Amino acid sequence: MIDLTQSFDVLIVGGGNAALCAAMTAGRAGAKVLLVESAPKHSRGGNSRHVRNIRYLHDRGNDYLTGSYLEEEFCDDLLHVTSGETNEQLARFTIRESADLGKWMEKHGCRFQPPLSGTLHLSRTNAFFLGGGKALMNAYYATALQLGVEIAYDSEVRDLEIDDGKFSSAVVLSGDDPQEIRAKAVVVASGGFEANIPWLKEYWGDAADNFIIRGTPYNKGRMLRVLLDNGVKSVGDPRQCHAVAVDARAPKFDGGIVTRVDSIPLGIVVNKNAQRFYDEGEDIWPKRYAIWGRVVAEQPDQIAYSIIDSKSIDKFVSPAFPPIEADSIRKLAAKLGLDPSAFEETVVEFNKCVRPGTFDPLVLDDCTTEGLEPQKSHWALPLDSSPFYGYPLRPGITFTYLSVTVNKQTQVLMQDNQPSTNIFAAGEIMSGNILGQGYIAGFGMTIGTVFGRIAGREAAHYAIK
Amino acid sequence: MPSNEALKETERVMVICNACRYCEGFCAVFPAMERRRNFSYQDLIYLTNLCHNCRGCYYACQYAPPHKFAVNVPKTFQELRVDTYQSFAWPGFLAGMFQRNGLLVALITVLSVAIVLLLTLFQGTSVVFSTYTGKGAFYDVIPYLFMVVPASVICLFVLAALLVGFVRFWRDMGGKLNELLDLRVMVHATWDAFRLRYLKGGGHGCNYPDEQFSHARRWFHHLTFYGFLLCFASTTAAAIYDNVLHWDAPYPFWSWPVMLGSVGGFGLLIGTGGLLLLKRQSDPEPANRRLLGIDVAFLVLLFLTSLTGLLLLALRETSAMGTLLAVHLGVVLGLFLTIPYSKFVHAVYHYAALVRNTIEQAESEHHKNF
Ligand SMILES: Cc1cc2nc3c(=O)[nH]c(=O)nc-3n(C[C@H](O)[C@H](O)[C@H](O)COP(=O)(O)OP(=O)(O)OC[C@H]3O[C@@H](n4cnc5c(N)ncnc54)[C@H](O)[C@@H]3O)c2cc1C
Ligand code: SF4
Ligand code: SF4
Repeated sequence: MIDLTQSFDVLIVGGGNAALCAAMTAGRAGAKVLLVESAPKHSRGGNSRHVRNIRYLHDRGNDYLTGSYLEEEFCDDLLHVTSGETNEQLARFTIRESADLGKWMEKHGCRFQPPLSGTLHLSRTNAFFLGGGKALMNAYYATALQLGVEIAYDSEVRDLEIDDGKFSSAVVLSGDDPQEIRAKAVVVASGGFEANIPWLKEYWGDAADNFIIRGTPYNKGRMLRVLLDNGVKSVGDPRQCHAVAVDARAPKFDGGIVTRVDSIPLGIVVNKNAQRFYDEGEDIWPKRYAIWGRVVAEQPDQIAYSIIDSKSIDKFVSPAFPPIEADSIRKLAAKLGLDPSAFEETVVEFNKCVRPGTFDPLVLDDCTTEGLEPQKSHWALPLDSSPFYGYPLRPGITFTYLSVTVNKQTQVLMQDNQPSTNIFAAGEIMSGNILGQGYIAGFGMTIGTVFGRIAGREAAHYAIK
Repeated sequence: MPSNEALKETERVMVICNACRYCEGFCAVFPAMERRRNFSYQDLIYLTNLCHNCRGCYYACQYAPPHKFAVNVPKTFQELRVDTYQSFAWPGFLAGMFQRNGLLVALITVLSVAIVLLLTLFQGTSVVFSTYTGKGAFYDVIPYLFMVVPASVICLFVLAALLVGFVRFWRDMGGKLNELLDLRVMVHATWDAFRLRYLKGGGHGCNYPDEQFSHARRWFHHLTFYGFLLCFASTTAAAIYDNVLHWDAPYPFWSWPVMLGSVGGFGLLIGTGGLLLLKRQSDPEPANRRLLGIDVAFLVLLFLTSLTGLLLLALRETSAMGTLLAVHLGVVLGLFLTIPYSKFVHAVYHYAALVRNTIEQAESEHHKNF
């Protein structure tokens, strides 16, 4: 049992990647660190336990990365996806600070592996964790313990005592009784608010009831709310989030990577009225993967169906849930609960508009439709080979972007733009400073690692100076 | 046929893993899994026996219990593996030996020791408890024919049982017998097996006794494996000395049988001792406790074989030699009698799965080149 009545140098709120990077750095700097994680030990690690790779700057390839990834290219990639919705200075800073992160990570117990099959397009820019994010979290927790960090699981930080932008203590619920914990500085690394359905409803209305949360149920945004209520300045559009289409049969929380459905570009997607509503072949799948959560969220009852036929069933990574299968279009409609006539009409119309071409799932091929609204730009093949398959889809929220504003030292900024002296933030909870919209694969871990390290360093420096 | 329950559960888990693939860097199982979309009986018994139970994928799994998906690959595989050991055992009526294996192996060993002791005692207590030295000393305690005839019969039986198991398994994995004639494949797979390639687990070792990576299990397994082989070589050398060269045992310390036997014996002693210790300390979650007896029984038996063998060597010029020889031979008898129904068979099935894997890898390389 940890003695929570003693005073700590640095209190870390959260138990994911950003929190651990901060804890390890502060611990190494000699600070007395307490890390408070709301999840029990077996579910520790927040969304970070679901990740598989990280993107960082490197000027040469190695055993795990096939080549160099330099600053200009990285910046271009980031500016492109955010369409300018970013603090460019901070974005460049992040990218520079990410140089050779892999080495630091390995020193702290991380193990890499060559890229996963099916994600080879990331093999130059992103390094993959051996065994994924949970293995990384296991290694980080072990290193943190070695560095003398104390860890309290199953303990939620309920409130922070903040006076005039200065933190003095936290209220922690560990067991039944709330306890006050004193520390000289606090690092808030408690993720976004994606697991807080009532809060999501403030922006999405009842539609949010139909959202599936891909990651941890513990990211309820309590710390985000506390900081904003205490006069910390927010950044980011509260409606913005990373969302993909996941199988509607996925569990409400923590379904992770295996619930994603990659069949979308290979067929058509219809809503509950059996109507198509978006160009399924707009761009190569990795570039369009993360728009489908939002697109499905805008459909009636937030449900849609990806439909393919037997020509395509083996052309994508097989998902965890089996397809719903039937030997005719009408029978499939019945099984999916769609109106058979309307569905048949949609498919017939689609098939009629498909133009002949040379099918190639790896490039923007010339299989397209003509005279169809919305068009399918690539990989359009008629749905004519039984059996037919359907996957029900729901929006799957990865994380939210609404954040606290920070400076380069990760100090949170108050309404008057003055930095707080001893409140630092890292990870998802400040990602909105850099990601106003859009996302590039592996960048969530970049933000958490870069700013987690800075937060740990600055907090320790403040506490033991 | 393995139980439906074990097959269904393994299939369920493989479908989830195939959608995830985070563990593909740990071992040969995941790349082999990725070459498939559906998992038939053939695929499942193959993948299960390809696993060397390093536990990496258990600790790395974000879906491990208490997650709703309850993915526990090492445990699921272990259960199906034991089912395959049973269903390929020969003769079939002995398949039940894998149930309550620990108890049965212990009983058989105790009986074997008792029988050998009794048989020697039949020759009169003076025979057992006197001090013998010099040529033919062992045979003064246990007559030549009593040693050699049962040993040969048992060896032949064990070989036949293992071979039948191998062929049955190979056939059920969907293999053809002529595939086994491809020399390149066999050399490659054997090389992988001998250097215990996959025990490295992505280069970082296994997760024993807990979630930390460690090479302890690999080293102990190496010692056990090579220790066993050296002891086997020692016995073979002794048989040649005896039957071909007509030199009578016991042999001097600097002879091949004694040298090989002592080095192997120590390897076996430390290796099995270490593995037993690791087992004792290790996390019970990624395994089925009910099946633990299978591992423990075999390890203990190997441990006792090496221990009694080494004691025999150390004390062979004292009056304890007679008893020790009888006990040692009793333990060895127990070991050999139970080999086809003990954890030993993992060597046979894992090897077969490695051969299958070598063939598959070559085929997929071949496809890549086109
Ligand atoms: C399925 C999935 C796959 C992903 N794959 C990738 C990928 O491959 N690469 C990548 O870069 N990003 C990926 N991401 C995004 C990535 O997970 C996040 O960007 C990153 O993990 C954020 O790290 P974090 O430390 O800020 O938050 P988290 O890892 O979510 O940690 C937040 C922690 O705070 C704790 N917490 C919350 N509130 C409290 C409280 N009040 N008191 C105490 N503790 C609290 C939580 O329990 C949790 O431990 C993925 C996300 C998901 C869901
Ligand atoms: S064991 Fe778990 S983490 Fe590993 S591949 Fe399977 S589902 Fe993924
Ligand atoms: S336990 Fe080890 S060898 Fe077995 S499947 Fe998992 S990672 Fe592979």
